[in-house]
Amino acid sequence: MAERSFAREVEKLKLGDGETFHGEGILAITKALLQSGVGYVAGYQGSPISHLMDVLADSREILDELGVHFESSASEAAAAATLSASVMYPVRGAVTWKSTAGTNVASDALTNLSSGGVVGGSLIILGEDFGEGSSIAQERSHAFAMKSQMWLLDPRPNLPSIVKAVEDGFDLSEASSTPVMLQVRIRACHVHGQFTTKANRRPEFTLRQALEQPKRDVSRIVLPPASMLQDKEKHELRWPAAVKFIHDRKLNEFFGPDDVDVGIMVQGGIYNSLIRSLQFLGLADSYGNSRIPIYVMNVTYPLVDDEVAKFCATKRAVLMVEEGSPEYLEQIINTILRRRDINTRIFGKDVLPRSGDYGAAVVTKGIEAFLEASAKDLLRNRPPMPSADKVLAEPKIADLAKTLPPRPPGFCTGCPERPIFAGMKLVEKELGQHHVSADIGCHLFSILPPFYIGATTMGYGLGPASASAFNVPSSKRAISVMGDGGFWHNGLSTSVGNAVFNKQDQVIIVVDNFYSSATGGQDIPSSRAENDRRSTNNSIVDAVKGIGVKWVRHIDRTYDVAKVRDTLKEALTTEETGPKVIVASSECMLNRQRREKPLFNKAVKAGKRMVRRRFGVDEDVCTGDHACIRLSGCPSLSVKHTDDPLKDHPVAAIDNSCVGCGNCGEVSEAAVLCPSFYRADIISNPTRWDQLVAGVRRAVISFFQNRREANRVVFP
Amino acid sequence: MSSVGQMTVNGETFERPITLAVLAMGGQGGGVLADWIIEVAEEQGWYAQGSSVPGVAQRTGATVYYIEMLPARDGKPPVLSLIPTRGDVDIVLAAEFVEAGRSMLQGLVTPDRTALIASTHRVFAVLEKQLPGDGVIDSNTILDATGIAAKKAILFDMQALAERAGSHISATMLGALAGSGLLPFPKEAFLHVIGGDHRASQANLDAFEGGYSQAKEPIPYVVEGHVKTMASLPASVGVPVLDDLLQRIRRDFPEAVHSMLYAGVKRLTDYQDVAYAHEYLSRVAKLCELDPHASEWQQESLTFAAAKYIAVAMSYDDVIRVADLKTRSTRVGRIDREVGKKSDQLMYLTEFMHPRMEEIAGTMPAALGAWIESKPKLFQWLDKLVNRGRRVQTGTVFWFMTLYLVSALKPIRRRLLRHRNEQLHIANWLQVAHDVVWTDYDLAVEVLATRQLVKGYSDTHARGNSKFDKLMAIVPFLVGKPDASGWLRRLRTAALADEDGKALDGSILTVRTAFEAPQGA
Repeated sequence: MAERSFAREVEKLKLGDGETFHGEGILAITKALLQSGVGYVAGYQGSPISHLMDVLADSREILDELGVHFESSASEAAAAATLSASVMYPVRGAVTWKSTAGTNVASDALTNLSSGGVVGGSLIILGEDFGEGSSIAQERSHAFAMKSQMWLLDPRPNLPSIVKAVEDGFDLSEASSTPVMLQVRIRACHVHGQFTTKANRRPEFTLRQALEQPKRDVSRIVLPPASMLQDKEKHELRWPAAVKFIHDRKLNEFFGPDDVDVGIMVQGGIYNSLIRSLQFLGLADSYGNSRIPIYVMNVTYPLVDDEVAKFCATKRAVLMVEEGSPEYLEQIINTILRRRDINTRIFGKDVLPRSGDYGAAVVTKGIEAFLEASAKDLLRNRPPMPSADKVLAEPKIADLAKTLPPRPPGFCTGCPERPIFAGMKLVEKELGQHHVSADIGCHLFSILPPFYIGATTMGYGLGPASASAFNVPSSKRAISVMGDGGFWHNGLSTSVGNAVFNKQDQVIIVVDNFYSSATGGQDIPSSRAENDRRSTNNSIVDAVKGIGVKWVRHIDRTYDVAKVRDTLKEALTTEETGPKVIVASSECMLNRQRREKPLFNKAVKAGKRMVRRRFGVDEDVCTGDHACIRLSGCPSLSVKHTDDPLKDHPVAAIDNSCVGCGNCGEVSEAAVLCPSFYRADIISNPTRWDQLVAGVRRAVISFFQNRREANRVVFP
Repeated sequence: MSSVGQMTVNGETFERPITLAVLAMGGQGGGVLADWIIEVAEEQGWYAQGSSVPGVAQRTGATVYYIEMLPARDGKPPVLSLIPTRGDVDIVLAAEFVEAGRSMLQGLVTPDRTALIASTHRVFAVLEKQLPGDGVIDSNTILDATGIAAKKAILFDMQALAERAGSHISATMLGALAGSGLLPFPKEAFLHVIGGDHRASQANLDAFEGGYSQAKEPIPYVVEGHVKTMASLPASVGVPVLDDLLQRIRRDFPEAVHSMLYAGVKRLTDYQDVAYAHEYLSRVAKLCELDPHASEWQQESLTFAAAKYIAVAMSYDDVIRVADLKTRSTRVGRIDREVGKKSDQLMYLTEFMHPRMEEIAGTMPAALGAWIESKPKLFQWLDKLVNRGRRVQTGTVFWFMTLYLVSALKPIRRRLLRHRNEQLHIANWLQVAHDVVWTDYDLAVEVLATRQLVKGYSDTHARGNSKFDKLMAIVPFLVGKPDASGWLRRLRTAALADEDGKALDGSILTVRTAFEAPQGA
């Protein structure tokens, strides 16, 4: 994280006993790790857990003082493998990533980790990217817990509960020799709240001790016959130990009265939505006092059979509020009850939706249907439900669906990826449309307006790999796009190495913007910034050549649209066999501005000669055809209506947020668009020489201008 | 706002949180605003919870920040929702007008509960900007909706206020929220968070105050249309040759078209010379003679369309015109203002020009240019020499003089190839209008308006021209058909719907089959 400071957040990590923390959920988790005596933390950045990684990366002082090792892993697989430090040594470790995307990548290591088991508390913090606003496929991390027999915590979404879950998680892990996953949904990661802090704790056992007194135990290694015994151990020892711990420590919670014969079971993370729903139905107040018994599962795997049975046995019907599909909890609860011949009717996905996140609106409908069928009297005198149905049915509101333009995400102002796709668009105009395999990262915005480039996306660093099948004789080659983030995560071997080995005839574009930008601008091996804790400045071009690519071109300034166009054309038409790799490099503008803007302003204030560039449009030259916008989509390039009665359509206009990246000029040059664009170089604190030259130029130019204007016969 | 903070169930009154949603786009500071609001509530002893889903939307898309606030009871914190519920939001703050519209479409704004505080400025979406024509939506559709959806609406341009103060819209919006009086917190509490940690500049406070006072006494918002400046015909401008033009307009044309003709002669004397403006008037006059509605109809008449589009067509964009506009003294002053140059700064401009052989040939004497165009090999060879992007620094003497000399070709423009081609094109077009005006007046008006499609430079110009030609080609087919002008208008709209003309080709097929099918049956 070269370009952004998290100094304010770091201060919050220093809070001691009995102080009050105010801030985001994910930062509270970070603090909780330090309070729990964690020995090492690793992870791979991504929404919604980037903040944990970013803040720790800036917390060198605290980490050094506590003796905590922190690592930005190359991928989630690397992060998960890091936990093997806790297999033999009683050192607490935590890893984090976005789930399920990252859990998929990490699965290999997690399988082996959970089979052998751990002695040091091992916590896997999952940013559950599910529901509205999610950027990945909608799946449940729950499945990973079940298949590998790892425990899954899903605490109530308030800071004290989340912090407690971190502390309990380590204890649970150690009590049952099993890694524990802590699932936190997007909104809970970003929730602002408060909790009372404890002082940070040094790890009781250090990694240094481990290295200096190494231990090994072949029964912890996944190889027969040990792996068979591990399977037995999981079910006969670790599972019962976990259930006992969860029960004894009361990790799950019971709320509400004892004497009502219906009840609700809920995942901890959905508790707040449930309370709001009960409130809407007149069955709870704003402080969680409910008229219906509630069993909150802060641990959703494994279940405590006795608790479930006890809760259900005294009730006619119970509703399981469980977000996402399939309904694993509902199924296991039915199994538990059948085995004990308890005939409580279980409601769940029959009254609740199978997909989408569970806000109060959908949960309320589910509870209503559940109570209608099982305890109608509780719904007496229900207050009018909040609803927008009536107003949404009004034609003038409903029509907004047709008139309001969507606002899809796009490239930032000055983004260096824009000219790459502008160049691709120009090639498309010449050579026709090609199959383009896209990847994960900011560059995926190319699939949206105004570029409409990219057909599939299969995973991080898998863009070129997903074009593998197209290695057949054809008049057109497949193109794939991959970012530098994806390249180092997985792409070098899985995509590029694979393409070399199989002599794939495709064109691979590696978008190198010096950061893992989409996740917040973290450093990666090819970052250009000097970072004394990481090795940066490792060349992608060298890596690609090293793995065996023969045809490599490096574009070291992506804003050169003509070069992008010509290089891509060459790659698509060359006789050369095997993969053709184009590495297109320019720094992420968001991060560049973060670094340069303050320096620039400081220099101007100090009286230094500085030149700021921005673009503009001559509105009397612009004819309003907007061809430039179709090759750009830059937020600072917009349209404006003129007062000229002879112009029917709005002209292009550039606002002051322009950072002068050069794309507009390059595109109008390369695409032969129009001469409306100008670049203004504004010189602050000009030197005397500057002023002298400018004075002479102005004098000559004004002379000719005045001469012509004196002779012009025009209306005022 | 008696509903805020309370709800009544079965006759009992419960405390109910105040619910608030902020809708903002990436870079507008929606997160900062949400943090400020939470801080205000917390400092007033309330319990506040906020959350959001930035995700990929943090780049340029829209994000909803959702906040709930309620004091603790007997030391017990409230249980607050992380997700807004439709119909249960007290206050919606929207940092842009389409986002305000979206909040209504999402059901966050309901007439029984919600106060909508929104900035009326527009940040156009890519889909609005990228169309070859005008894709900007009408803000009135959103304004009309606020009247139905919101219990109370406070609407004004918060972006402009923020810019005037040299600050960000988030500060104006916090001021608007404070000024609205919707939250039970005093103004000082808001001022404290915005200035509390000494980060606040005077600019932030100015922006806050601007929002505060506007929201305290809100003025009903009226959407300003895109007004075209139609100067009325002056009696005299004191230059005899120009006054002749004015007199001719007054003498030969009905008053309804005077303003548009004045705009036309203004443009054309500036573009070429007085004689050229007379040529223009003659062309319009020919159509005016055939126009029975010239004096009674306003902007719908054939003469009005002729006055507008003939002026546009005659002032085609050639290299001379571009060089002329780029070397004027008034230009630098205008750009100074646009880019916000201060008086102690210097500024140099770089133009991005890409002349092709087509443009060079067009600037040659007609016979020579046509001869070169007739020799493809020679043309291509020459094109290789000239067809290159050129960065022209108009602030330096050399490049200024280059453009200045190009623009000095103006007196001989009439003899150049491009001019000859344009005049032919104009003549053919006007002939079509002449031919159909007898049988279908409305169709003739529409033929003139089709000229809209010809715009841009180079390839874009060629594409526009080819769309125009396609429409002209279908006019004879449309003559005598019911609603012919309507069809031609729909085709023109289709032509502006995309760049490649796919929508247009589809529509032309529809028109042809619509009228041919019955005959074939």
